[in-house]
Amino acid sequence: MEEANMTYINELSGDNIEFKNKIISILKTELPDEIQQYNHHKKQADFAQMQQIVHKLKHKITVLGLEKSYYLAEEYESNLKNNTTELQIDFENVLEIMQEFVIQL
Amino acid sequence: MNCIIIDDEEMARAILSQFISKNTDLVIDGEFSNAMGAIKYLNQNETDLIFLDIHMPDFTGFDFIQTIKNPPKIILVTSDKNFAIEAFEYECIVDYLVKPITHDRFIKAIQKANTPGSNSIPKEVKKQAEDNKNEFYVNIDRRLIKIEIPSVTIVEAKGDYIHIKTEHKNYIVHSTLKKIEDKLPPDLFLKVHRSYIINTKKIIDIEDNSVLIGKDVIPVSRSNRPELMKRLNLL
Repeated sequence: MEEANMTYINELSGDNIEFKNKIISILKTELPDEIQQYNHHKKQADFAQMQQIVHKLKHKITVLGLEKSYYLAEEYESNLKNNTTELQIDFENVLEIMQEFVIQL
Repeated sequence: MNCIIIDDEEMARAILSQFISKNTDLVIDGEFSNAMGAIKYLNQNETDLIFLDIHMPDFTGFDFIQTIKNPPKIILVTSDKNFAIEAFEYECIVDYLVKPITHDRFIKAIQKANTPGSNSIPKEVKKQAEDNKNEFYVNIDRRLIKIEIPSVTIVEAKGDYIHIKTEHKNYIVHSTLKKIEDKLPPDLFLKVHRSYIINTKKIIDIEDNSVLIGKDVIPVSRSNRPELMKRLNLL
């Protein structure tokens, strides 16, 4: 399984610790919020809204260096557009990896 | 020069804002999490450049561009690696950035925006989008394999899989006919049967209820036959 990393955030921040802390702080609030929204829409089986959130999460997936998972998310987004939940478990595993990584930051 | 940022994701706004303040003299006049807020702002203020997320809930970036009068230069920002062809319809769009934004790509986009009269998508960007139009990727055993669209001859549905035949190679992909139909250009491909999509340029001959493509005889359902006949350059 792919592992999340801080490469992009570190490169972007350079020696600007304040900015790095800002991004981490945003990740810590925005990621759980988006996952919560995703779970809410999943409960309602609202595929269109799930698709929106998956699309939004793709950015965080790449920011955390999960390159392969980006393509998985893209395919899952396309599946939701076609009203199927294929790859749901794989995608939710990616969410778990991200969540665990962000909690430890 | 002044600019504003429109993106529903806070992290995206923060990253863009960092790129702008670190690399340019641009003054950020506002950051907006939705298009409506930006429209209200632009009703009373002017700006020189907008960084605009295409994919926002309710009101997309393209809806936004159509709504504002005399749009300034716009740099689109998107999470889609397959960039939207639709963007070429708008003269105000000078470039686009794919998230996560890289330093080099950001600098290039700013240079485009600073070039006088650069109100159109650069050639290399158009070429990239044209390339996207001519190919798609399939996921086979966790590998993404590129398939050139013009080389596809037949796509056949087989249960939970589709069988993609090209001039050189065949692929079995876990997908549906509907999904691949969305990726194929409708002027070249036609669904002739509930289980078959064909490349109409590859037809060798047609009989009553079938077409010959290479060595394959493909059934044509009665309901799809009129559309197929319309496509042919009949003498």
